[in-house]
Amino acid sequence: MSVSVHINSIEKKFEKVEALKKLSLNIEEGELFGFIGPDGSGKTTLFRLITSLLIPDGGNIKVGELDSETDFREIRKITGYMPGRFSLYHDLSVEENLNFYASIFNTTLKKNYHLIKDVYEQIEPFKKRKAGALSGGMKQKLALSCALIHKPELLILDEPTTGVDAVSRKEFWELLKKMQKTGITILVSTPYMDEASLCDRVALMQKGSLLALDSPENIVKKYDGDLWQLSSSNMHTIIADLSEVGSGIKNIFRFGEKVHITSNGLNLEEVKSVITEELKSKGHNNIIVEAAKPQIEDCFLDLMEEN
Amino acid sequence: MEENNIIVVEGLYKKFGSFVANDNLNFTVRKGEIFGFLGANGAGKTTAIKILSGLSKPTSGKVIVAGCNVKHEANKLKKNIGYMSQRFSLYDDMTVKENFRFYGGIYGLSAKEIKLKTDHLLRKLDMVENKDVLLKKLPLGWKQKLAFSVAVMHDPAVVFLDEPTGGVDPITRRQFWEMIYEKSLEGTTIFVTTHYMDEAEYCERVSIMAEGKIEALDTPANLKKQFKVETMDDVFVKIARKES
Repeated sequence: MSVSVHINSIEKKFEKVEALKKLSLNIEEGELFGFIGPDGSGKTTLFRLITSLLIPDGGNIKVGELDSETDFREIRKITGYMPGRFSLYHDLSVEENLNFYASIFNTTLKKNYHLIKDVYEQIEPFKKRKAGALSGGMKQKLALSCALIHKPELLILDEPTTGVDAVSRKEFWELLKKMQKTGITILVSTPYMDEASLCDRVALMQKGSLLALDSPENIVKKYDGDLWQLSSSNMHTIIADLSEVGSGIKNIFRFGEKVHITSNGLNLEEVKSVITEELKSKGHNNIIVEAAKPQIEDCFLDLMEEN
Repeated sequence: MEENNIIVVEGLYKKFGSFVANDNLNFTVRKGEIFGFLGANGAGKTTAIKILSGLSKPTSGKVIVAGCNVKHEANKLKKNIGYMSQRFSLYDDMTVKENFRFYGGIYGLSAKEIKLKTDHLLRKLDMVENKDVLLKKLPLGWKQKLAFSVAVMHDPAVVFLDEPTGGVDPITRRQFWEMIYEKSLEGTTIFVTTHYMDEAEYCERVSIMAEGKIEALDTPANLKKQFKVETMDDVFVKIARKES
């Protein structure tokens, strides 16, 4: 069982700060949907509104047919929520935490063991350990188990991979993909741009607004600038050394081992000559300029600049 | 070459009971180098950083940082290093200027030095107008840049950055790295941990830890060659998952 989510021009203010600015979007049944954006973009506020923990200042949210303000009791029964900050009981053991959450939802660990098996198996050897004494990765798995114990139709995960190493992040996403196949709607937020490609669709968020809403493939396809990548003998000063390059070069950003630059109506040869001349005058060698394929992060940077 | 090494680690072991957190670490870091210290959660990075910064003592082995032996010169060491963690240690209920004054005082700078440094850093950060604003009113990206500036205001030989860029937008993250480059060109050694694999590429050399040991240490380009993969992400996965 899964459920759709409809967000209609939702507004939320905290004192003078507009956390969400008339945001609208629809999430379909069974979708794995990603909210990608930095701290302060409104991801957590939106999740708290969907889970009925906050009341909007304007607009409304429907989870299936349920309204987040009036039907909050029903919404809470079908929603599993894993907040960004570990919120289970530190002084209860792994097993006690799970039994507690199961009993809140009138079920038992035994009855619903199959739902959490894939996740819980990995921490089961430590089931007598107090939750407060678990490592970060194990806490995350316990929190996910607790969020799944009542067979929710909608699973909401607030930055589950923040501060998690690259390998554990991969494993976590494999787990989410597997869970999605059981027919549950999953909303997940992350500050890591590379995780966008693992979602069916994503919302790129910035300061309470949507920068883009589409499948990761389409977001990349819609990138409408000329993008080039370059490298040289001296990558440590390259950004500073290009700070005065003019004539048609728009943005210059470091991207891993390369630098990505965007330009206005220049072809590869023209970009090459502008860049090579500038860098040679600053003592760089082995200057390589070539066409680049945009990634989600290029799109995000581009959209940020536009706004 | 020897005196150029600002960090020298030889045969470092750290045990907690029967658990070996650091298992015979050996490496050196040059003056002014940007050194990436990577590894999976629980691989032993935090334990090693605590030892390098004088907060914890090694069980055995020799560790020299900024000319100080961490075992019995921890106090002298602390004057020569800076530290910034993901939960930066600035005070939310003090203003920008008060934070500078407080940390300058802790590092033993004179009132005059503190004033000069504060003016200089405020101008550089473009925060002169915000000097009397409480820290909690500032956006996360500004706080991070400020935390870095405070960590290096006493011109330490080494600065330890523990996941300094978590949570900020991609532009701010890049501006932060420009600050790091600038400081390294002035001769400060940068010792940094991160979970962003593109940031691993920004380091001159990178070490990757797994289960208490350093499993790889080289330039990003050489590591990719060594493991026959295209990205640092793949290098990391190969080491941390022990596939080879």
